[in-house]
Amino acid sequence: MDLTYTAEEEAFRTRLRDWLAASLPTLPPAPSPDDWPGRRAYDTAWQRMLYDAGYGEVHWDAAPTRRLIFLEETERAGAPYVGANFVGLLHAGPTIAAEGTAEQRQRWLPPILRGDEIWCQGFSEPDAGSDLASLRTKAVRDGDSYIVTGSKIWTSHAEVADWCELLVRTGPGTPKHRGISWLAMPMDAPGITVRPLRTLAGSAEFAEVFLDEVRVPVANRIGEENDGWRVTMVTLSFERGTAFVGEVVACRRTLGELAAAARGNSRWDDPALRRRLGRLHAEFGALWRLIQWNVSESQATGGVPGVGGSVFKLRYSHARQELYEAAADVLGPDSLDLSRAWTPERLSSLSYTIAAGTSQIQQNIIAERILGLPKGP
Amino acid sequence: MDFRLTSEQRALRAGVREVLSRLLPEDPVPGGPGPGDPVPAPRLDRALWRELGRAGFFSLRLDEKEGGAGGGLPEAVLVFEEAGRVLLPGPLVATHLAAGSVEGAAAGETVVTRVDGVLVPWLDAADQVLGDATGAVPLRSVDPLTPLHRVPRPASAAEGTHDGVAALLTAAEQLGSAACATDRAVRHATQREQFGRPVGGFQAVKHLCAQMLVRTELARSAVYAAAVTGDRTEIAGAKLLADDAAVRNARDCVQVHGGMGFTWEAGVHLHLKRAWVRAQLWPTAGEAADIQAEALAALP
Ligand SMILES: Cc1cc2nc3c(=O)[nH]c(=O)nc-3n(C[C@H](O)[C@H](O)[C@H](O)COP(=O)(O)OP(=O)(O)OC[C@H]3O[C@@H](n4cnc5c(N)ncnc54)[C@H](O)[C@@H]3O)c2cc1C
Repeated sequence: MDLTYTAEEEAFRTRLRDWLAASLPTLPPAPSPDDWPGRRAYDTAWQRMLYDAGYGEVHWDAAPTRRLIFLEETERAGAPYVGANFVGLLHAGPTIAAEGTAEQRQRWLPPILRGDEIWCQGFSEPDAGSDLASLRTKAVRDGDSYIVTGSKIWTSHAEVADWCELLVRTGPGTPKHRGISWLAMPMDAPGITVRPLRTLAGSAEFAEVFLDEVRVPVANRIGEENDGWRVTMVTLSFERGTAFVGEVVACRRTLGELAAAARGNSRWDDPALRRRLGRLHAEFGALWRLIQWNVSESQATGGVPGVGGSVFKLRYSHARQELYEAAADVLGPDSLDLSRAWTPERLSSLSYTIAAGTSQIQQNIIAERILGLPKGP
Repeated sequence: MDFRLTSEQRALRAGVREVLSRLLPEDPVPGGPGPGDPVPAPRLDRALWRELGRAGFFSLRLDEKEGGAGGGLPEAVLVFEEAGRVLLPGPLVATHLAAGSVEGAAAGETVVTRVDGVLVPWLDAADQVLGDATGAVPLRSVDPLTPLHRVPRPASAAEGTHDGVAALLTAAEQLGSAACATDRAVRHATQREQFGRPVGGFQAVKHLCAQMLVRTELARSAVYAAAVTGDRTEIAGAKLLADDAAVRNARDCVQVHGGMGFTWEAGVHLHLKRAWVRAQLWPTAGEAADIQAEALAALP
């Protein structure tokens, strides 16, 4: 058990901290949350700055401890979040790195790291959410292309994405897990229509994507034909295992701000509220330790994070919702004012226990794959 | 940074598990002669205590030249986690803390207890009491394996009795208990059949078990990290989460066992009762949350 960072890692921290102090003031002002093209430009510009300074690959670092330091320091400095780069940097890219050919890695990874291209995730369909493997969007081979027809839903950032990690059915008539393939689909291909959907928070975070005979080169398939379910498990293990790691640091910062606000408006004098915040502080502290545990484990086994990610995802998503409920208690009636801090986040937080696999599904995974209980339907 | 256990630590854990399985009956259920008969008061098994002394439970953190193993808090936490798993009875934490300062404690010859908050476990059995037990009155202890006394709360909350190491080791015992409850629930859910299939195949049961694992693993991360840093705030957080895991897991374990879980003989209740006792030792959930809140308020 060792929680200290090496001298080399601490040197990395110091270098990064200095760089952040010098570079953050040069960032353009942040766009409004509804301005998608603006957000894309802002998020990719930030990734480009990281890349130029040699930090572009930090999420994929062979020493994941550097990623932990990166998250601690960027959060401390108030640096931007991955934002529109989420899918590319945190799960499509890592999947291609783990499962793609040398040529595919060469084609897709550098533009992600440079902030030139952003990705979205086309997994869910109107009739295939939790039961992801029952997806129906079909891809029929035509020479060296697939012709893709169907529709996807809840696709975050679809409007501004260049590429989509797309699951399609290539093996009709085979058992549902066996006939799936994982494709990289260019979002500017003819036949794609994106229709934004309004979320309960009032914004257009995600969209419906209609696919009408879209041509995707066979060379864009990651993994073998009909072996896409296995590749998908790799993607999901990155999505659940590591993609939300940075947000725990953000939660700890929010909690600190909340305590300061509570002291400002005398809510801090309420011992019950104070203890709730103290309890959340303990939880987020422990979640960060759990991340260090998972990172240590995956570092030892090499590469793809294990199902321990589901343990983290399940607890983190609920703790974060409790955080915004506590925020509402600190704000009182002001929590009904959308222009106040934390109110939009409180609304958004309802999605954490749904997106990337609902809490019910995470509990099934933990019970069946970690505890070995009998499989459900 | 590599948070995983070292191979020495894994070997230590396996060794302790082996020793405990030799020293303790599989199920420590204290029996009366028949249903309704009074449960006999627990007696401290002096021979067991000396065996634990010989096995190094109390001297673990003493220097080698003092006859100890030179272990640190992480090693102690692993040992106490195993003790918690098997519901090892006796004032283990107090005697461990007294090793090196109280004659005979390290060897398990002297039984030492301490005043923790307002509770004193094993007062009558102890040769020595750390802290002021004046005015202690016996409780009819909810835990049939832990006799308890209560002292009148000192006028000024005596910081002196608030020992971080004691809190950490108590948390480690809670962790072991939480893990054991999870294992037992999973084992029962795999074996017990209803409606023609193992009850563990039913999602409602599965989700109880999954939550048990999640609580255990979060508590484990917190307890192990607090053992590495020795930080007071982290120890309080670890105690908070470990109490939560032990109490709620034991409850869920009773639930998963159905009617069997409600019987004296199944012994699941012993985990719940011990977890309740430990949860009352310093810091309780409220005290731990206060310590965490203080730290939060002190952030820049
Ligand atoms: C903000 C947001 C962003 C998203 N972004 C993307 C994206 O970019 N790309 C993408 O592909 N998808 C995305 N999703 C989709 C997300 O992955 C799905 O919403 C999720 O997997 C649940 O599927 P569903 O919505 O069809 O709900 P359903 O599967 O219909 O579930 C409905 C309810 O039934 C429960 N349920 C279902 N099956 C079971 C079961 N076996 N046992 C117990 N309970 C069950 C669920 O837990 C849920 O409570 C996003 C979702 C949200 C909310």
